[in-house]
Amino acid sequence: MTHVHLFIPCLVDQFMPEAGEAAARVLARAGARVDCPRGQTCCGQPLYKSGHGDQARALALRFLHLFADAEAVVAPSGSCVHMVRAVYPALLADDPGAHASALALGQRTFELTEFLVRRMGVTDLGARFAGRVAYHDSCQVGRALGVRAEPLALLRAVDGLTLAEVEDADQCCGFGGPFAVQFEDVSAALLDDKLAALLAAAPTALTAAEPSCLLHLRGGLQRRGLALPALHIAQILASEAP
Amino acid sequence: MTGSTPFRAAAAAALADRRLRATLKSAVAVFRGNRARGLALLAPAEFEALRHRAAEVRRRCLRSLPVLLERLEHNVVAAGGHVHWARTGAEANEIVARIAAAEGVRLAVKGKSMVTEETGLNAALAARGVEAVETDLGEWIVQLADEKPSHIVAPAMHKNRREVSELFHKHLGEPLSDDIPELTLMARRALRARFLAADMGITGANMAVAETGSVVLVENEGNIRMSTTLPRVHVAVMSIEKVVATLDDMAALLAVLPRSCTGQTLSSYTSILSGPRRPGEADGARVFHLVLLDNGRSALVADPAMRDVLACVRCGACINVCPVYAHVGGHSYGSAYCGPMGSLLAPLLARAQGAPEAATLAELPFACTTCGACASVCPVRIDHPTLLLELRRRAANAPETAGLAPLGPRAAAAFARLATRPGLWRAAAAAARVLDPGLLLARRMPGVGTAITLWARSRRPPRLRRPFSARWPALRRSLEDSNG
Repeated sequence: MTHVHLFIPCLVDQFMPEAGEAAARVLARAGARVDCPRGQTCCGQPLYKSGHGDQARALALRFLHLFADAEAVVAPSGSCVHMVRAVYPALLADDPGAHASALALGQRTFELTEFLVRRMGVTDLGARFAGRVAYHDSCQVGRALGVRAEPLALLRAVDGLTLAEVEDADQCCGFGGPFAVQFEDVSAALLDDKLAALLAAAPTALTAAEPSCLLHLRGGLQRRGLALPALHIAQILASEAP
Repeated sequence: MTGSTPFRAAAAAALADRRLRATLKSAVAVFRGNRARGLALLAPAEFEALRHRAAEVRRRCLRSLPVLLERLEHNVVAAGGHVHWARTGAEANEIVARIAAAEGVRLAVKGKSMVTEETGLNAALAARGVEAVETDLGEWIVQLADEKPSHIVAPAMHKNRREVSELFHKHLGEPLSDDIPELTLMARRALRARFLAADMGITGANMAVAETGSVVLVENEGNIRMSTTLPRVHVAVMSIEKVVATLDDMAALLAVLPRSCTGQTLSSYTSILSGPRRPGEADGARVFHLVLLDNGRSALVADPAMRDVLACVRCGACINVCPVYAHVGGHSYGSAYCGPMGSLLAPLLARAQGAPEAATLAELPFACTTCGACASVCPVRIDHPTLLLELRRRAANAPETAGLAPLGPRAAAAFARLATRPGLWRAAAAAARVLDPGLLLARRMPGVGTAITLWARSRRPPRLRRPFSARWPALRRSLEDSNG
């Protein structure tokens, strides 16, 4: 039985816990044994993106320790997986032992949809979700991890779901971590464009595999008084027949 | 994070300019579409192979830069040309001005060259009584408007046809027109007279070939070829990193440069100039000078973490796909270079030059969402986001630029301390959830409060929820039960 250690990003833990719950359910339904190590906090991405990668080293070392024995680490986030896989080895470059551990753990760390399709070979999870869904191809999922086909394959297999065609689906939503507040007006202009493209597809729900984009899109929709739900892809994949 | 900066002020002005935003939006769409159509002529694997080759050529040539430059100098001189070395932009300008004086030049025509934008050559020549007229259509438009280029490939990217027509009306007395071919003809008539009157042609160089002593120029308008063949004297100004070893290396770069830039398999004009006109030859300048400019590049070569920035071939592909550029335009960057490549090159060069604007330009690496669109199109595989993040690290750690980072060192250290103490982390989150789930009180706190307020301008802040970690034990039991 595949044994998965859930890696719950801080944004998911604090602001969208149901996305984490859905990820756990989906993995269990796909046949994995799911564990979630206690004591998880933050992968250090906000520090790294703010120019304080050196301060994120301690968090990288903590992560290596927390997941040392994991056969597979799975997160409902592309950017946090990218942080572990691509950034940790660089942050720990001057410590040969930790660097090697980071490289090895990076190879065992996966974004949720990537893991389901590529590692577990599953696309149909028996989910049912009635609606027209617009998928935002997040930069840190599609471009950074090369995970583009997997989320779409999983969504296509959902009973009752129609995928809405989104123009320039891989255009950035304008979040960018600290960028969203440091260059608030530029970020807002990008968000305007993104929401316009998503809404033009006439969806009944938005989805993405990246919690940071979802927080951004959700906040933008709410600010504009729009009731359209923005769900983590795990929530759609965990949906069952009513 | 609240105070204004030159970039933020310029970006805000650009965002408020509806005409500019519409112009930028359609211009980047044209560039993106052209590139996509051009690349569609090749199998994806085929283009990847070309990229791989070009990336290898650039890195290899950068590793042997001193040797290649000496070989280039030797072969240019052997072909009858003159080579000059300029440590700074001012030195390069001085060299060109002295050549102009020695040759009795009053009027020079220029082919588009970003490196002479970098050095401010036109103003330096004007101060010495030499008029320099831009002949690239976009660059000339920008010169008429007394502005600076807003894109390294399309200098007048920020202007629409109406603005161009208004300029031609004002400066040339031409009737207003909305017809681009007609506007082009007006430019051609005006520029033709300058070409014929000029004593000197000044160009940049897309690259130089060490083994043949050749300067390579890629263009679509023919103005560069005319600038190098019609006037008596041709001066090419090239930054030192652009030398390649062989004609094969040149071919490898030409295979990706026009494709990435305009989507063309080959540009309309590719000139390979090896020295001045030889006896018996029908055309070409009678005198050829090559000015090799350092202006901070040597320091970059000696900086292994950043050397890759010098691999750039100036195709502009990263700029055309950059979501930030598409909204703020090239002038916001405050440098001859803009977009992702400019956000790397401008602060690095300024710092290496010890230029006063270095501290201001250090903000550019932060003005990026790290979406990675730039790296995904770069024909020589520069990993812009990773390099920009390294520049953020350097800025955050240098006292004179630390204020540009969105988190101060103390706040960063406090966050790291909290995140390495899970009990404290959970307690802090729980307290915040109980006292202030909608993050309303937090807006009054220094630092965090500013961030939440800025976020809230266009996005409702999220609510703190009962965290996943608290829900997990029950969920785990239910998953175990259902798995039997």
